[in-house]
Amino acid sequence: MNRFAVPMAVFAALVVVLAIGIRHSPQKGIIISPLIGKPAPLFSLPSLNDPAHAVASGDLKGRWYLLNVWGTWCVGCRAEHQMLLEARDAHALPLIGLDWKDDDARARQWLAQFGNPYEAIALDHSGRTAVDFGVYGAPETFLINAQGIVVYKYVGPLTRDVWTQEILPRLPGHAGGSS
Amino acid sequence: MLPELGQFALILALLLAGMQAFFGIAGPLLGRDRWIAAVTPAVAGQSVMVALAVGCLIASFVSNDFSVSYVAGNSNSALPLFYRVAALWGAHEGSLLLWILLLAAWTVAVAIGSARLPPRFAARVLGVLGVVSFGFLLFTLATSNPFARLDPPMPDGRDLNPILQDPALAIHPPILYTGYVGFAVAFAFACAAMLEGRLDATWARWTRPWTTAAWAFLTCGIALGSFWAYYELGWGGFWFWDPVENASFMPWLVGTALVHSLAVTEKRGLFKSWTLLLAILTFSLSMLGTFLVRSGVLVSVHSFAADPARGIFILAFLVIMIGGALTLYAWRAPLLKSSAGFELGARESFLLFNNVLLITAATTVFAGTMAPLISDALKLGTVSVGPPYFNPTFLLSMLPLAALLSVGIHSNWKRGRLKDSQRMLLITLLAAAVLACALVYGIYQHGLVLTPVGALLGIWIILSSFVEPLSRWRRGLRVPRGMLGMTIAHSGLGVLVIALTTVQSFTLEHDVALAPGATTTVGSYLFRFDGVQAIEGPNYDGIGATVTVTRGGAPVAVFKPQKRQYWVQHQLTSETAIRMDHGNNIFVALGEDLGAGRWSLRVQIRPLVSFIWLAALIMAIGGAVAASDRRYRNSKVTEAAVPGAAAGSAA
Repeated sequence: MNRFAVPMAVFAALVVVLAIGIRHSPQKGIIISPLIGKPAPLFSLPSLNDPAHAVASGDLKGRWYLLNVWGTWCVGCRAEHQMLLEARDAHALPLIGLDWKDDDARARQWLAQFGNPYEAIALDHSGRTAVDFGVYGAPETFLINAQGIVVYKYVGPLTRDVWTQEILPRLPGHAGGSS
Repeated sequence: MLPELGQFALILALLLAGMQAFFGIAGPLLGRDRWIAAVTPAVAGQSVMVALAVGCLIASFVSNDFSVSYVAGNSNSALPLFYRVAALWGAHEGSLLLWILLLAAWTVAVAIGSARLPPRFAARVLGVLGVVSFGFLLFTLATSNPFARLDPPMPDGRDLNPILQDPALAIHPPILYTGYVGFAVAFAFACAAMLEGRLDATWARWTRPWTTAAWAFLTCGIALGSFWAYYELGWGGFWFWDPVENASFMPWLVGTALVHSLAVTEKRGLFKSWTLLLAILTFSLSMLGTFLVRSGVLVSVHSFAADPARGIFILAFLVIMIGGALTLYAWRAPLLKSSAGFELGARESFLLFNNVLLITAATTVFAGTMAPLISDALKLGTVSVGPPYFNPTFLLSMLPLAALLSVGIHSNWKRGRLKDSQRMLLITLLAAAVLACALVYGIYQHGLVLTPVGALLGIWIILSSFVEPLSRWRRGLRVPRGMLGMTIAHSGLGVLVIALTTVQSFTLEHDVALAPGATTTVGSYLFRFDGVQAIEGPNYDGIGATVTVTRGGAPVAVFKPQKRQYWVQHQLTSETAIRMDHGNNIFVALGEDLGAGRWSLRVQIRPLVSFIWLAALIMAIGGAVAASDRRYRNSKVTEAAVPGAAAGSAA
């Protein structure tokens, strides 16, 4: 082999490393969240359904739940609403809504009109909690496990594919899709 | 309608780029003159179509057409017009389109400038550029269509990423990309020379102005990026060794080596195969930069949308382009023999050291950037190497480079008779030592071990670079632009070394918590916190603080750092307040609300930090001056043999 072929050989080795790098890189479509694998930010916010009580991250510990960031002003949230109702009916895990910078009356009207997929709805009037979660734009959905660790994050309207292929397989004791 | 027109124009551009590549490479290979003649019209058509596509996307942004997914994702009706246009390159799809537009612009410039090149050679250069255009157009159309529609359309857009809503960042990508893409021209010249199987001093003279121009743009682009990071990110540093920064810095280092190696190839007909390899490497690193930023392989503060499918496409493209060029190199480079020799101590030997050191520096940066990836691929766990790795290793190759530069400037081509210039060497060194001591111990009082060394080297570089042009001027000789440009660029480097030395040695940083009315002293400055008030902008609201700064009782300035929250993306950005005073760069950033009116403030005083960006600007101006040398424009097509050792000529 002549010495002028050395650069080619080095490049070939580099391609192998990059190819492995791609295979290891996080899933398609995710805007990588630094929260994955870390404890979800703590929050304690007023509840839409029950003004006497707060929706608090501490009370949710011990079970898996899906935190869905939404608002009545958000077009994508309207698009995913049907999927959220299906997810509720699958009884796989509770859905917690984070109503982001919204008007309470309009939120109630929206839920009355389209159905309420959520077990509880936290009102984030100031948008502080959404900032803690690094929300880029509604809708966004976080899968949080029983220890309060963020397992998965999805940006954009939830689809059936994401539900069956990304969320359900991550749940403990779940062998696949059932929707 | 306009987005569809744009998409159609992009498809036509792809076809025309394919024609440009095919005719440009196959024409000369098979000796078909009519194919060769078809290359320039293909270039013209392709560039018009690309410009049309870009125009359509800009029109969609300006008219707030939120049925276009890319517009909806990166603009908003409240966004000022300037940023609506700049939003074109606010994310991946549009950035690619910008790449393609700039490549088309360079290609047109080469087509116009190559009118006096042999037609076969010019066709090959344009053909190789056509392959690059084709690859990027295909990439855009296949994986990242900027014209995709949304159904139903969004009532309003999600807004441009707030950290990009800044004048410096709005113009940063076009300039940086002009540099990146410009190295495609050097790459095309290298591939064309290898296809011809011939490379001589004339080739180097054709290639040099393009390479130097691309280098000047890249220098400006990197400096702008660093400037933006300094005052927008509010972290108080000008360089973070972030993967994205490194991605632009590696082509710069290798490109700098290429600029110098081309000088040797032109003047002495040496380093031929090495120059070819550097031309390939520089563009490869530019493309690798794109790959690293866009594929999600490396996570960085700058990468906002990553997609492995795109990564696989870019990797395949890299394999075809770089793998192809390196195969060509392995096959053709052995044919290129350099006959001339040189003595140790001749200018060639110094430029050889220059190249070795620059490549060493690029390799250490490359290793540091890739380390997390390699250790992940080998399942060694995720490691990350930061400034503790980069700073010392980089310094290790840059210190000797700075020292050798001043000696090398005094050397002659071919002969290693440094004795002739010994007197000048000693005079400049002595003068630099005196000035460095005055700067370090006279003005700043104390310092680190390397402080006097850095100051000495920086001053020595500046003094040395003026020796040759001044002596020509005194003897009544013309100073060619090439030499003038070199002098300017080298003195820019000297300024950079001095600025980096003082910033690293004499920076003061304080993080303080202050209640309204409270004061703190940093260096010779007194900072009084006057409280915060609400502010409102066109598409954001936030909090602005007032900090009054005095020096020895005399007012310096009132600082108004802000924290902004953009309405649509709800992202917080920090707007630092920065002022210059007596060569000191005073930096105040607003931190967190600590309750009861108390706020945390980050106060920093960096002497000469602005000179870092000024130095980069000086270097870029030097490059621009050198690239405009008349020698490059008037050179007729001559089968010029290697010019002999032209006495004391410019590099």
